[in-house]
Amino acid sequence: MSLRIFIPRDAAALSVGADAVAREIAADARRRGLQIEIVRTGSRGMLWLEPLVEVETSAGRIGYGPVSPSDVPALFDAGFHVGGAHARALGRIDALDWMRRQNRVTFARVGATDPLSLEDYRAHGGLRGLERARNMRGADIVEAVRASGLRGRGGAGFPAGIKWKTVHDAGADQKYIVCNADEGDSGTFADRMLMEGDPFLLIEGMAIAGRAVGATSGFIYIRSEYPHAFRTMCEAIARAEQAGVIGASAPGAGGPFRLEARLGAGAYICGEETSLLDSLEGKRGIVRAKPPLPAVHGLFGKPTVVNNVLTLAAVPSILSDGPDAYAAYGVGRSRGTMPFQIAGNVKRGGLVELPFGATLRDLIEDFGGGTRTGRPVRAVQVGGPLGAYLPAAQLDTPLDYEALAAIGAMLGHGGIVVFDDTVDMAKQARFAFEFCAKESCGKCTPCRIGAVRGVETVDRIVAGVERETNLALLEDLNQVMTDGSLCAMGGLTPMPVMSALRHFPEDFHRAAQRPAMPEATE
Amino acid sequence: MRAGFIAEVDHGTPIRAGDEQVTLTIDGVETTAPAGTSVMAAAMMLGARIPRLCATETLEPFGSCRLCLVEIEGRKGTPASCTTPVEAGMVVRTQTERLAKLRRGVMELYISDHPLDCLTCAANGDCELQDMAGAVGLRDVRYGSSGANHLADAKDLSNPYFAYDPAKCIVCYRCVRACEDIQGTFALTVAGRGFDSRIAAGATDFLNSECVSCGACVQACPTATLIEKSVIRQGQPTRSVVTTCAYCGVGCSFKAEMQGDRVVRMAPYRHGAANEGHSCVKGRFAWGYATHEDRIRTPLVREKITDPWREATWDEAIARVAADFSRIQAQYGRDSIGAITSSRCTNEEVFLIQKLVRAAFGNNNVDTCARVCHSPTGYGLKTTFGTSAGTQDFKSVDKADVVVVIGANPTDGHPVFASRLKKRLRAGAKLIVIDPRRIDLVKSPHVRAAHHLQLRPGTNVAALNALAHVIVTEGLVNEAYVRERCDTAEFESWARFVALERNSPEQSEQFTGLRAADVRAAARLYATGGAGAIYYGLGVTEHSQGSTTVMAIANLAMATGNIGREGVGVNPLRGQNNVQGSCDMGSFPHEFSGYRHVSDDAARDMFEKMWGVTLDDEPGLRIPNMLDEAVENRFKGLFVQGEDIAQSDPDTQHVTAGLAAMECVVVLDLFLNETAKYAHVFLPGSSFLEKDGTFTNAERRINRVRQVMAPLAGKAEWQATIDLARALGYEMNYAHPSEIMDEIAALTPTFAGVSYDKLDALGSVQWPCNAAAPEGTPTMHVERFVRGKGQFMITEYTPTEERTGPRFPLILTTGRILSQYNVGAQTRRTANGAWHDEDVLEIHPFDAEERGVRTGDLVALASRSGEISLRAVISERMQPGVVYTTFHHPATGANVVTTDYSDWATNCPEYKVTAVQVRRTNQYSDWQERNREEDVSLRRMAREEGAWNDMAAAK
Repeated sequence: MSLRIFIPRDAAALSVGADAVAREIAADARRRGLQIEIVRTGSRGMLWLEPLVEVETSAGRIGYGPVSPSDVPALFDAGFHVGGAHARALGRIDALDWMRRQNRVTFARVGATDPLSLEDYRAHGGLRGLERARNMRGADIVEAVRASGLRGRGGAGFPAGIKWKTVHDAGADQKYIVCNADEGDSGTFADRMLMEGDPFLLIEGMAIAGRAVGATSGFIYIRSEYPHAFRTMCEAIARAEQAGVIGASAPGAGGPFRLEARLGAGAYICGEETSLLDSLEGKRGIVRAKPPLPAVHGLFGKPTVVNNVLTLAAVPSILSDGPDAYAAYGVGRSRGTMPFQIAGNVKRGGLVELPFGATLRDLIEDFGGGTRTGRPVRAVQVGGPLGAYLPAAQLDTPLDYEALAAIGAMLGHGGIVVFDDTVDMAKQARFAFEFCAKESCGKCTPCRIGAVRGVETVDRIVAGVERETNLALLEDLNQVMTDGSLCAMGGLTPMPVMSALRHFPEDFHRAAQRPAMPEATE
Repeated sequence: MRAGFIAEVDHGTPIRAGDEQVTLTIDGVETTAPAGTSVMAAAMMLGARIPRLCATETLEPFGSCRLCLVEIEGRKGTPASCTTPVEAGMVVRTQTERLAKLRRGVMELYISDHPLDCLTCAANGDCELQDMAGAVGLRDVRYGSSGANHLADAKDLSNPYFAYDPAKCIVCYRCVRACEDIQGTFALTVAGRGFDSRIAAGATDFLNSECVSCGACVQACPTATLIEKSVIRQGQPTRSVVTTCAYCGVGCSFKAEMQGDRVVRMAPYRHGAANEGHSCVKGRFAWGYATHEDRIRTPLVREKITDPWREATWDEAIARVAADFSRIQAQYGRDSIGAITSSRCTNEEVFLIQKLVRAAFGNNNVDTCARVCHSPTGYGLKTTFGTSAGTQDFKSVDKADVVVVIGANPTDGHPVFASRLKKRLRAGAKLIVIDPRRIDLVKSPHVRAAHHLQLRPGTNVAALNALAHVIVTEGLVNEAYVRERCDTAEFESWARFVALERNSPEQSEQFTGLRAADVRAAARLYATGGAGAIYYGLGVTEHSQGSTTVMAIANLAMATGNIGREGVGVNPLRGQNNVQGSCDMGSFPHEFSGYRHVSDDAARDMFEKMWGVTLDDEPGLRIPNMLDEAVENRFKGLFVQGEDIAQSDPDTQHVTAGLAAMECVVVLDLFLNETAKYAHVFLPGSSFLEKDGTFTNAERRINRVRQVMAPLAGKAEWQATIDLARALGYEMNYAHPSEIMDEIAALTPTFAGVSYDKLDALGSVQWPCNAAAPEGTPTMHVERFVRGKGQFMITEYTPTEERTGPRFPLILTTGRILSQYNVGAQTRRTANGAWHDEDVLEIHPFDAEERGVRTGDLVALASRSGEISLRAVISERMQPGVVYTTFHHPATGANVVTTDYSDWATNCPEYKVTAVQVRRTNQYSDWQERNREEDVSLRRMAREEGAWNDMAAAK
C-alpha cells in the first residue's frame, strides 16, 4: 500500500500555492523513490494553515501547515509522510481544538475525503439519505424537513419545509429545484468550500428535494468568480449521472432527476432568488415582484424550490439520521448547525460549524484568536454587506435568527467580518450605500436612486454640511429604502448604515474635528 | 380634463375576467373584484386611485416604482398594490400618514434626478410623473441639485416620428415591457445597472435597431422620455375622435388627437376590438400624407392626356364626366363604360359607386381591386363554407394551439395581428409556416416555427394535398365532425382523391421541393395538436390556382374539425382596410351586396324596387376584361375610384395600353397617381381623416370612420357620386352616410341589423348582424355551415403555365414590407422612407454568386412581359432559384415584369410566380426611362406652365 498524502484543491488553498506544494511533493517523492498517492481534498476550513498537508498514519491523519514548496524537502527529510516531527507538524487533525470543538454535520467530510470519489463519499456515510428518501412518499420527505426545523441558510431563514410543501402541493407538469450558489456576501465562503470539498452532498440534497416535491430537473447557479467550484460540480454531476445516482436512469419510483450547473452572470443581485431565476432563464437578472412566489411561479414559470447550498446540503443528514437528530442542535426556532465563516481582521479565519446559539465572542476570540493586528475589536459585521455592524459590547449575543433580529441585526449567510478600533464607521456606512449603488439591479426606485443619494448624504453629514437636516434626510431615506424597496438589497442597505450611526455616532462628525486615524484594516 | 378629449380609464393592471368574485375592504368600503385582480385595480374600480408610475392596464404588473404601496391588515410591511392580488376578507388602507410619507420619499428620489422644466416640456399636461408629484404632495427635494444625475444624457432623435430623451426617463420599464409583451419585438432593453440603468435600443440608436417603430413604447411612456415629435412640434391635443386606420385589413381603432382640425397624433384606442390599444408604424405615425402638399384639392380636366391639367370647378368636372360617359354610351353602346371601386374607400362610398354603375350606367361593369388580391378567397370560401369571408375574430388566435400561416407575412403585412399571434406563440402554441421565403415568423425572438415548409412558388395546392393525404391515410380525420357537419358523399370522394398515391408527400416532393417527412410531421401536428387555426394571405390567392388553394385550405380545416368554434378557423388576412367591405358591398360584376348573383331574380327584384330601375341580369366586365376590351376599342370610359391600376395591376404595359385607348378616364384619388397620367378628369378624393363612414376589416368587423377634418377638396366623395348620378339623370338622395348604410342594411340580409346608432353603441359589429345575431357574429359556422353542409372540393394540382426555362431560370415572387404600403401613394409621402426608400431585389447567395451580383449592385430583372432595373440585396431568406421584390415605388415598375396569367376562377393575377432572369446592368430599363419622361409630360399643370410662360415673357 502506498502512502496517501492529502492536499486541498480548495480555491483558498490554491490561492496560497497548494498546487505548487502538491507538485513539489510528487517530484520529491519520485526523486526519493517513494510510492505515494496524492489525494486532492477540500479544505478543513483552517485557512491560516493553508496549504495544509495531511498524511494518513496508523495514528490517524497528521497535519502539516502552512506548507510552502520550499518546506517540502525538509518535510520528507523529517519523514512527514509517515507522521514524522517537523516545525510545521500540527499533530492529529481531528484532535485540534479548532476541529474538535465544532459540530460538523454539513461539513463532516469536507477536507477529509476525495470530493470526486463517489466511493469515498459512500464510505463516509454518503447517499444514505437519498436511499432512504427513495422509499418515502414526497409528502413524508417534506414533513421530515419541516420537523427538522431547517431554515433557509441563504439569509432569509425561511423554513425549508414550508417552501417545499408549497412546491409539493402545486400542480404542474414540470417543477424545478434551483440551488443558489451565487455566494456573494463579503466574508462568506461556505458554499464554495462545500461545492469544492463535498459536491456529492449537494447533489444528494437536491435529488432528495426533487424526490420530495416532484421535480425532475435541477440547476445549480454558481457565481462566475467560482471557476473551481463550477468545474468540480460539473465533474461530480457527470460522475453521479454515470453511477446512476441521478439522471435519466436514476433508480427508484421518483423517476429521473437531471442536474445542471450554470455559471452566474457576475452580478451580486443574481444571488437574490428571483433575479437568479431570470438570469437562469437567460435574461438580464432583475428582481421579480412577489407574489407570485417562486414556489408557485418560479423558473420558466413553474413551481420551483430555490434554496441555498447549505440548506440543500443539510438535507441528506436529516434524512439519514432523522429530523430529530438534526433538530437536537440549536436553540429556540433556530435548529441545527450553522457553518459560520470568520473573516476580516482576525488572527485565525475560517469555517466553523456550530449549533445555533454560539456567541460572536466564541467565534471571534476562541476560534478566531482576536484581531490579526492585535488591537481591540471595535465592530463586527454579521451577515454580509447588508448586515448590521455590532459594537464590541454586543459580542455575547447568541447567534440565532431571533436574537440577532432583536438587536436590529441578522445572521444572513453566516459571514462574520471583524474590524479593529482603527475602523472609520462613517466610511463603512458610506460603503454600504456605495455597494448598493454598484450592485443594485436598478429596477426599483428606492434602491436605484436611493443608494446614490445615500452616498451623497453621508458625505454631506461627514463634511458637516447642514448636519442636522441631512441626518434627518438620511433617516427618511433609510425608511423609504427599508419599507419601499422591492427586495432585500435595497431593503437591508439601511441596516449597516443605521447600525453604524446608532453604535458609532462619533464617527459621523466632521472629519476635521477628529484626530487623524490610520487607514482601517479589515 | 380637456373637453372633447377621450379619457380612457387606466386601472393600472389588467382586469382579470374570472368567475370567482372576492370580497374585500378598501379604505373602509366593502367591494368585490374577480379573483386575480390586483388590489390596485380593485381600488380603481372603486374610484380610489392609488399613486403609481410603472403600472398601466395594458401591461402585467411589474412592481418597480414603489409608489403604490398600501397597508394590509395582518401583513408585514407595505406591499405594492399592483403586484398584490385581492384576497377574501382583505382589509386594505391606501391612504395613511405612513404611506403618504413613503410616497413623498419615493417621489423626492425621482425628482432628484429629473429636469425641472415642466413648463417647457412637451409632455406638460400629459405627464404621469407630474400628476403623481401633485398627488403625493411633493413640496421639496432635499437632496439638492448637485448630486449624480442624467440631465446631460444625449437625446436620440434618430427615429423620424419619436424622440428619446434619457434625461427624463424614470426607468419604469413600461417601454421595454410594451416592446416585449405587446409588440413582441424585444428591441428594447435596459442597459447598465443600478443608477446607470437606461433604456437602450440594443447597441445602436432607435432607427438602426431592431425597433419596428410600432409606437407601443411611446404609448406606454408616462413621461416625455419617449414622445411623438409631432407633439414636441405642436403641443398637446385638445380634442380626440375615435376612428379607424386606413391601411391594412386589421382595421385598428385610433383616437385622432387634434388641435382644431390639425392632427397632433394618432393614438391607438384600447377599446378598439381589432387592436386593443396596439398599432404599427403606418397607422400610428404615417398619416402625414393626408395633408401632404401633393394632395390635389381641386378637380382637374384636360382634353387629351398629353395636355396639361387645368383646374375646374366641381360642377364643370362632373358635367364633363357625365357628358363624356353619355356620349360614349350613345356611340359605343351601354356596356362601353364601367367603374372600379376602391378597397380604400368606405362601405358607403363603394356602395354608391356600384349603385352608380348598375343604376345610372345601366350595366354591371363594376369591379374592385379585390380582383387582384382576395377574389379567390371569396370564391373558395363561398363554395366550401357558404360565406366569402374569414371565420373568426382576431381574438380567436388566443385560443389556438396550432397556427398555420400560409403565404402570408403578418409581421410586415398585418403587424398588429402578428403581435397578437406572436404573443400566443410565446405562450406555447405551435407554428407551421408554409412559405417560399423564410419570413420573420419562422424565427424571431422567442418564436420559432415547429415546421417551415419552404415550398417552391406555385406549388401550394400540391403541398396542401400532401398534407391532406397524410391526414386521410393516417386516420387523422375528425370523422364525427365530418359526419355531422359536412356533405359526406363529397367528403368520401375527396378522401379517395387525396389518398391517391400521386398526392402523397413522397410523390409531391418533386413539385414542392418539401421533404416528405416534414410534410408528414406538419400534417400530424395540425390534425392532432388541438385547436388548429389557419391564416393565409396573398401568397395563397395570387396564383393560377388561387381559388383551388383556398378550397384546399377549407378542406383541411373541415377534415380536422377546425371550423365553428374559437381558436380554429380559416382566416384570410385581407390586405386593404376595406377589401372585405368593398367585396361585401357588391363591387364584383356578378354580385350585388351580400354576394347575391345578379341573375338571382329575387335579389335583383329587391334592388330594382328600391332603386326604381331595371337592372341587368348578366354579369359585367372584370378589370382585365375591361382593359382587353379597351385595347379592342370596345370599352371607352372608366371611372377609377381610389385605385392605381397602372402601378398595382400586373403587366403594366398592357394596363396602360388599355387606359390610353379609352376616351374618358376619370380618376378619383388623393394624388395624381400613375393611372392619372392616362386620365381626362381628376376628381380630388378625401383621406380617411376627412371621411365619414365605415370600414370592414378582415374579421368582418364593421368599424366607424369618423370625420376629424373637413374634406380638403370641399366635397365628400359620396357627395361627388351623387352629383355624377344626378348629372347622368339618375336621382340619388342622401343627407348623410348613415342613410347610405340604412339602405345597405335594407338591401343586404347579412347587414340587416347594422346602423350607425348600433355601431356607436357597441363600438363595432361583425357581420352577419341581423335578427338572428343582433350584436354580430364573432365566430362563423358554429352549429352549421352557412351553406348547410360543408362542401369538400376536389383540388387537383395543375402546375402553372408560367415555367422557368433557359431564358428565365428564376422565379420572381412579389410582396410588401412593413414600412411601406402597397403602391406607396401614402407611405412614400411620409417619413417611412427612412426604413425603405426603394424597391430592391432579394436574391439568394447562390444565384447572386452565379451572376456576379453583390448587394447594392444594379441588376436587370426581365420576364417575357418586360424588364426593369433595381438594386440587389443578397438574402438567405430566399431559397435558391427564387427572387423577391416589392411594388411600393412606381419608378421601379415591378409590375412591368409580372404577367397576365391569373387564377382560373376569378382572374386574380399570378403575381407570386413570374419566370425571370437577373443580370448585372449599369442602366435603367427602357420602360423606366420612358416612365420617367411621362412622369413629367403626362402630369403637367396648366397654371405652372402659365407661370412659366409669364416668367419667360417677363424676361
